[in-house]
Amino acid sequence: MTSSRATILASIRRSLGVSGDERMRIAAVEERIERAPKGLIPARGQRDAAGKLALFIEKAEGVQASVISLADASAVPEAVATYLRENNLPAAIRMGEDTRLKTLPWDKTTLAVSHGRSLGLDLAAISHAEAGVAETGTLVLFSGAENPTTLNFLPDHHLVVLNAADITGDLESVWPRLRKMYGKGGMPRTVNCITGPSRSGDIEQTILLGAHGPRSLHILIIEG
Amino acid sequence: MSVHATTQSFKANATRAMADGQLTGNLKAVRQNFIDKRAKAVQYLPEFEALREIGKEIKNHTLAHLDLYIEAYAAKVEESGGHVHFAVDAAEARAIALEICQKAGAKTVTKGKSMITEEVGLNAHFSANGITPIETDLGEYIIQLRGEAPSHIIAPAVHLNKGQIEADFRRVHTHLDPARNLDEKTALLTEARGVLRERFLAADVGITGANFLVAETGTSIIVTNEGNGDLTQILPKVHIVMASIEKLVPTLEDVSQILRLLARSATGQEMSVYTTLSTGPKRASDADGPEDYHVILLDNGRSSMLGGEFQDMLRCIRCAACMNHCPVYHQIGGHAYGWIYPGPMGSVLTPSLIGVDEAGHLPNASTFCGRCESVCPMKIPLPNMMRHWREREFERNLNPALARYGLGFWAFFAKNPRLYGLATRAAMKGLALLSRGRGRFSSLPGLGAWTKGRDFAAPEGETFQAAWKKRASQNGGRA
Repeated sequence: MTSSRATILASIRRSLGVSGDERMRIAAVEERIERAPKGLIPARGQRDAAGKLALFIEKAEGVQASVISLADASAVPEAVATYLRENNLPAAIRMGEDTRLKTLPWDKTTLAVSHGRSLGLDLAAISHAEAGVAETGTLVLFSGAENPTTLNFLPDHHLVVLNAADITGDLESVWPRLRKMYGKGGMPRTVNCITGPSRSGDIEQTILLGAHGPRSLHILIIEG
Repeated sequence: MSVHATTQSFKANATRAMADGQLTGNLKAVRQNFIDKRAKAVQYLPEFEALREIGKEIKNHTLAHLDLYIEAYAAKVEESGGHVHFAVDAAEARAIALEICQKAGAKTVTKGKSMITEEVGLNAHFSANGITPIETDLGEYIIQLRGEAPSHIIAPAVHLNKGQIEADFRRVHTHLDPARNLDEKTALLTEARGVLRERFLAADVGITGANFLVAETGTSIIVTNEGNGDLTQILPKVHIVMASIEKLVPTLEDVSQILRLLARSATGQEMSVYTTLSTGPKRASDADGPEDYHVILLDNGRSSMLGGEFQDMLRCIRCAACMNHCPVYHQIGGHAYGWIYPGPMGSVLTPSLIGVDEAGHLPNASTFCGRCESVCPMKIPLPNMMRHWREREFERNLNPALARYGLGFWAFFAKNPRLYGLATRAAMKGLALLSRGRGRFSSLPGLGAWTKGRDFAAPEGETFQAAWKKRASQNGGRA
């Protein structure tokens, strides 16, 4: 019996009038995947570091994220405590095993810090982004024990630390960095590109925040 | 065929839709919201037009090498620990999905929004086999409560208003206080969030579609705003992706280019809130994510569209810009089209997938105004392809007798230029007299059905040929 895989591939080849063995075609596909041409990059994000930072903040705020700039990572715990207090939230925060977060001076606050994936009971979680995209105010996060994906979606408030040095002009510029970390063609289980807090327009086309994911997205940018 | 189609009764469906005052009122949101938002987003990106051309080239290149990209993609999925299943048709796709769920001992299955699972009729198949499918996109959830199909490919409940949704929630969510206040839209959203949160945490399998499949990495990508697709795929033990073969793109860079077109064309956003790239099952070091990852690659007639006059349709990225800008869709909504895909893209795709005998009426649901093609981010020549379908319908004698006689009658005059000029001049004068300068007829004898939904414009000057001649003589022989 012919497998469905063979049937479908044969049907595609019959329609295209090819055998699948043509060396030119194989070479074209291999070359495209290997070279991964960038295409056309809009001018908007192509600025110096300060310009990218300013654009990222403008774009993130434009999609209803809140943004705070900090001179140094050591200021993160106090900024988190302030955010939770101002939003009338319990003084508790959940995070993964990322040493960039774990080693911060949390003991200087009264926050209850817990670690690991979310089981749906946390109101607030904090993650570390791998990159930010200035063009659209997008955060890019990689899954792993360091930053579990459930923290990005289950808590009502998602706080994300982003190094200003990791802000790129465009999404295309994120991929070479990812390939450096995971090897060409390699990927973490999940890459989340997050642009603002969750929303839905399904009731009479009115945009409402907080559909299924976080109701609030708070970005802490480390400028130092 | 997978889902029961009412495409054959398209004319009756459309008439009924236009007489439904509530529906036509609700549909105003399509015109008011989508068109302006898209126009603004496009205006704000000077490179948009150039990117359309690039998006078209990326898809054309991929389709011309689709067999090879599928092989490269499948190899990468397997390499990352996932499984790829091939489904020739809807029945095979349903059977594969059911078997995976049964092996996982699944009782409930959460679903991210997916047109492909609508196309294969997955929910009905699961229900018939003792597995409860739960739609989690707010719009899909609402129509599932009502037992309806989506009426729009990205806004499935666009045909409903707040009052109708509130009534459905009160009817179904009987465990909640009957006296609760649901006056605000946010109250409805909060209620759905609460009800579905429990379902997310309890589900055994999560099923999503895919906006893109990346050959370079073996990655499936979903683009959403609510986050429901993510909760669907990271919480259960098993993640199934069901996607059709034309979702392939070569690289991450290629996806990034097309993403600039997708959200702008769909909702007028620059980026949707969540663009999620999933590759294989959770790694040993992961704290969460599915233990098993399956991709079901569906053909269902698409491979036969390659190399022919409908290949361009396979560039479609399902943004819905064509229906958002379609005067016919604005009048009748999505359900009247009678199958899964409404609007101009549906009028081209549906006959390809379920046959012109079944869906031959749909390509007639166009005035050829060309707005769909002008906003299509993938530059798909939709009106031209609808014309191809009309030709096939005529060749196969599928048009009603009256339409064929009418065309024959017209052809007789068109082949006799003098007679044509004489007849049209007489008709112009006659109609102009009859309209008494009002410029339009709100009803015409014998055309009652046609004029019920719109006015018939009355001629107010000369025929086109006469005007052309006059212009040519004024310009010394040149028109």
